[in-house]
Amino acid sequence: MGWLDGRTGIARVVRAALRKVFPDHWSFLLGEIALFCFVILLATGTFMTFFYVPSAEPVIYDGPYQPLRGQEVSAAFNSVMDLSFDVRAGLLMRQIHHWTALTFVAVVILHLCRVFFTGAFRRPRELNWLVGFGLLVLAIAEGFTGYSLPDDLLSGTGARIAYSALLSVPFIGPWLASLAFGGEFPTEAIIPRLFVLHVLFLPALVIGAITIHIVLLVIHKHTQYRGGVASEANVVGRYFWPGQVFLSTGLFFLTAAILALIGGLFQVNPIWLYGPFDASVVSSPAQPDWYVGWLDGALRIFPPFEPVILGITIPAVFLPGIVLPGILFTIVALWPFVEARITRDHREHHLLDDPWDHPVRLASGLAILTAFGVLTLAGGNDVLAFYFGTDVETLTVLFRWLSLILPIAVWLIAWQFARTRSRGGPDEPGHDVPLAGTSVRRGASGGFEEIEQ
Amino acid sequence: MSERAAERSVLFVFGASFLAGIGLLVVYILGGQTQVEGILLMICLGGIGAGIVVWAHWLMPTRVHVEPRGSVATTAEDLERFRDALTEEAGFSRRKLLIGALLGAFGGLGAALAIPVLSLGPAPGKSLFETSWREGSQLAPPDGSPGQVADLPIGGVFTVFPFGDTSDPNSATLLIRVEPELLELDPEAAEWAPDGYIAYSKICTHAGCPVGLYRASQHTLICPCHQSEFDVLRGARPISGPAARPLPQLPIARRADGTFVALGDYPEPVGPAFWNMLW
Repeated sequence: MGWLDGRTGIARVVRAALRKVFPDHWSFLLGEIALFCFVILLATGTFMTFFYVPSAEPVIYDGPYQPLRGQEVSAAFNSVMDLSFDVRAGLLMRQIHHWTALTFVAVVILHLCRVFFTGAFRRPRELNWLVGFGLLVLAIAEGFTGYSLPDDLLSGTGARIAYSALLSVPFIGPWLASLAFGGEFPTEAIIPRLFVLHVLFLPALVIGAITIHIVLLVIHKHTQYRGGVASEANVVGRYFWPGQVFLSTGLFFLTAAILALIGGLFQVNPIWLYGPFDASVVSSPAQPDWYVGWLDGALRIFPPFEPVILGITIPAVFLPGIVLPGILFTIVALWPFVEARITRDHREHHLLDDPWDHPVRLASGLAILTAFGVLTLAGGNDVLAFYFGTDVETLTVLFRWLSLILPIAVWLIAWQFARTRSRGGPDEPGHDVPLAGTSVRRGASGGFEEIEQ
Repeated sequence: MSERAAERSVLFVFGASFLAGIGLLVVYILGGQTQVEGILLMICLGGIGAGIVVWAHWLMPTRVHVEPRGSVATTAEDLERFRDALTEEAGFSRRKLLIGALLGAFGGLGAALAIPVLSLGPAPGKSLFETSWREGSQLAPPDGSPGQVADLPIGGVFTVFPFGDTSDPNSATLLIRVEPELLELDPEAAEWAPDGYIAYSKICTHAGCPVGLYRASQHTLICPCHQSEFDVLRGARPISGPAARPLPQLPIARRADGTFVALGDYPEPVGPAFWNMLW
């Protein structure tokens, strides 16, 4: 230790960190678990980059999977087949990676919900909300680019839809689509480009964003729930070392363990069943990974609408595929600023809210979740029609109505419920919450200690 | 849990983790097996995790500490020092013209550096308006011959390309045979449907997926991506789902030997719409 410190002065830096206080609540683990998922994605992903071939060059499949032998596939597809059938632990890595990606986006959203419903995004954390939201978008982008890499029939169909969405942008659409894909769909260029995005460009952005996210967290210190001696002017909890470090490290290994089990036991993305991509063929049913399901659902249920204004065609996918996501994402991203305006509350907040104490926030959050939820279900309208023994057309009309009515209904119900439950929360001017049972004493060394009363 | 019990369980799970690690090595040397690897990896990682958590929870003192937050923003004093450090020797207020010129120079550099983005792809040009169908192109299955589609059964549907040229996937066309009396087409379109054989673009006009499903009893084509449904008897106009434009119809004629030839390219762009497709 002396050797290292003599050359870096590291003990001085680390000492300040060792005694940093971290509040303790299970809901604070969600952000950590998201981070752990990312680490696992990096680890399994790095392994796979040694085997994946980012090329759309046609080759003849010559591996152990009989039904595809002799078929022309792309080098990328071929390499993922080899990874799945010929490389030891290859399929394990692929499946852990894919299941972790699905989990990663889910946990990020759960973490976003915790931050949202407890009001943790308020000053001074508005910036961190934006960074976090950026991370959600990056996670979805990583997922999309990643599952498109094997160049299989299902993901290639998704790429075609992405191309058409780019194409639909007025004035710049054809250029955007051509620049992104390297020409008119289908192109050979898109596979190596998705690869560079997925393993180099996007991970760099994610790592940068995570760093900013954590640095801001250190500067702001973590928020905490009310109770005990917790106040706006302190942080109550356990020391970073050894308690928090041990628990977080333990949680990492447990998260990794569960994902390893799932990845080992449960098949996911069986590209050999989909077959190689061919632009004139399609499989049915065709659904994307769950976190893109809402976008697919929007494309499915949006009524056929392709107006021509002054000779300019507004393509059918433009509104549901570009404008709608833009609006939803903007609402979510700008919420801290909107709420601060509405409540006229520009004070700093470090104590978390009870979700019921903010009826408008609670109702709005639930309404947006409902909207995304309905759209996600709509993404499976053909599968649901089959299971419920009805026809797709009827279900689609039902989803159209639900997508409008359900979020509004949820908003009204949640708002009313919260208003009757809340007794005027602690942030309302003039209301003070008495602290229960303990008090704080300043010791001789200057630190604070709690005394049981 | 007593301290001894906690210690023993930590040792146990660490031991299990170690054994699982060895187990993984053995399974790997023996050739590997995904499910067993997954279970062993779970024990290996989970053992470490469980051990660390039990250690932290039951073998370490759990004291609650309080740390003052302090202010996030810099003190007014330090802000002053910051401003002074920024401006003291810079004297920027007297160099507005230079600063403007520097920004202009950066703008020029930025434009120059942005231009290579245009190398990423060709100008869209006419590619979106054309397919590889020409007057005289024979309809044939990919890797097949025109004779294979010369005599389809009623209700039959075949994916066809220009014979000898499958280079453009956007030329994918569906050749469908229906009873001629059932067709309800405009006079011009009817001329392109000889003997109840009719050809439509296979590229969905919604988002570009191949319209791969044919509901023969209803004479409708269904796209599996977003469930658009097109009426084959009425010019493939969309009757359900989000597509707003009919599938373009390929003008075809039938030869004496029963095979089919195109009379030209599609009269309108195939596939999803774009802003200037009517120009």
